[in-house]
Amino acid sequence: VQADGTDGSCVTFVLHDEDHTLGNSLRYMVMKNPDVQFCGYCITHPSESKINFRIQTRGSLPAVEPFRKGLTDLMGVCQHVLNTFEVRLLPEELGSV
Amino acid sequence: LPGPGEMATRRSTDEMRERVVLGEFGVRNVHSTDFPGNYPGYDDAWDQQRFEEEFRVDVVGEEDGVLEFDMVGIDAAIANAFRRILLAEVPTMAVEKVFVYNNTSIVQDEILAHRLGLIPIRADPRLFEYRNQGDEEGTEIDTLQFQLKIKCSRNPQAAKESSDPNELYFNHKVYSKHMTWVPLGNQTDLFPDADFRPVHDDILIALLRPGQEIDVLMHCVKGIGKDHAKFSPVATASYRLLPDITLLQPIEDEAAETLQKCFSPGVIEIQNIKGKKVARVANARLDTFGREVFRHEGLKNLVRLARVRNHYIFSVESTGILPPDVLVSEAIKILMGKCQRFLNELDAVPME
Repeated sequence: VQADGTDGSCVTFVLHDEDHTLGNSLRYMVMKNPDVQFCGYCITHPSESKINFRIQTRGSLPAVEPFRKGLTDLMGVCQHVLNTFEVRLLPEELGSV
Repeated sequence: LPGPGEMATRRSTDEMRERVVLGEFGVRNVHSTDFPGNYPGYDDAWDQQRFEEEFRVDVVGEEDGVLEFDMVGIDAAIANAFRRILLAEVPTMAVEKVFVYNNTSIVQDEILAHRLGLIPIRADPRLFEYRNQGDEEGTEIDTLQFQLKIKCSRNPQAAKESSDPNELYFNHKVYSKHMTWVPLGNQTDLFPDADFRPVHDDILIALLRPGQEIDVLMHCVKGIGKDHAKFSPVATASYRLLPDITLLQPIEDEAAETLQKCFSPGVIEIQNIKGKKVARVANARLDTFGREVFRHEGLKNLVRLARVRNHYIFSVESTGILPPDVLVSEAIKILMGKCQRFLNELDAVPME
């Protein structure tokens, strides 16, 4: 992770070894944050596996905050999906046995 | 209370938010636009509780290694992330290095090695570690060894005039069942009940004739699909959005018959109401959306073809290494692992 920006509210993170898989889902979660003015990601070159992930916030909120919140929210989503999915599988197994 | 004009606008924004509409020449409302600030009157900020209330998973069924399940209430970005991880980032074990001691068959060494690599190996990858970067030898915690040693010979009892290779030769077809596991180090103690072998016994590897033999030793390592497609645990993993067909006006008689033929069987049902045949949408889920309807001038304006934006019908077919439900759970855990990795980095490096 490398950050680079003028003041704390507009930051471009460089995430290594990542691609659309994390980029697009993280972008969605960060965009859902009402404090974020701009969020986008791009893959600099398809031969290099890294993405530039940019967040600009309204006001003076440091951009690291929505980034952290986006990651935590995405983890929460995954955890809930996993729980729901595993719960749904159980009656299947019981039913077939 | 909102007046009729406002109700209509609200309905059309609802449609824009919730449906991807398939028009005659193009698809509209493709991107999800439900971000905070886009629509006045809608609160789109992320709310874990609202997500948990609206989200559900319905497992439709599993047969022949294909798991079909629905995820409702999630966005395309995350559904696609799961699909991409299922294809490319769930690890499996596959043959990586082939030590050729003797190969007198007509299949070249490298072709043979390529074919051996593509054979799915029934070994739970969670029991193994990744091999270290420069390690050429391989230790017992990251490598599985297999041996394929087979020689073709002539059958002395075969009839003189027979031309059937099955009668004339022994071992002329090399199948994956001829691969045997050779335990390394303490693997017999680590995996006492394990039976490591290829998933399918009847994969034809090579053909031999008398005098030809193959004697190779194979090392299997753990890898991911991103590195080489042989490591992909799914035959394929795909999703589609739930179709939504609305009849804008009642369609009767002959038009109803034509309409039924425009869609996949079972989608449109014809009911007999007061002597007239009336068409009704019975099960939109079955439709594959060939746009036959738009070829009929009379029908094309009476039907609206759309897809529900946040209802994904996943179909995961496993190669047999792990059952498909385990694969989906692993994929979700891998996405969580990625987020956790960046959270840890954020906490480790203090931002000035």
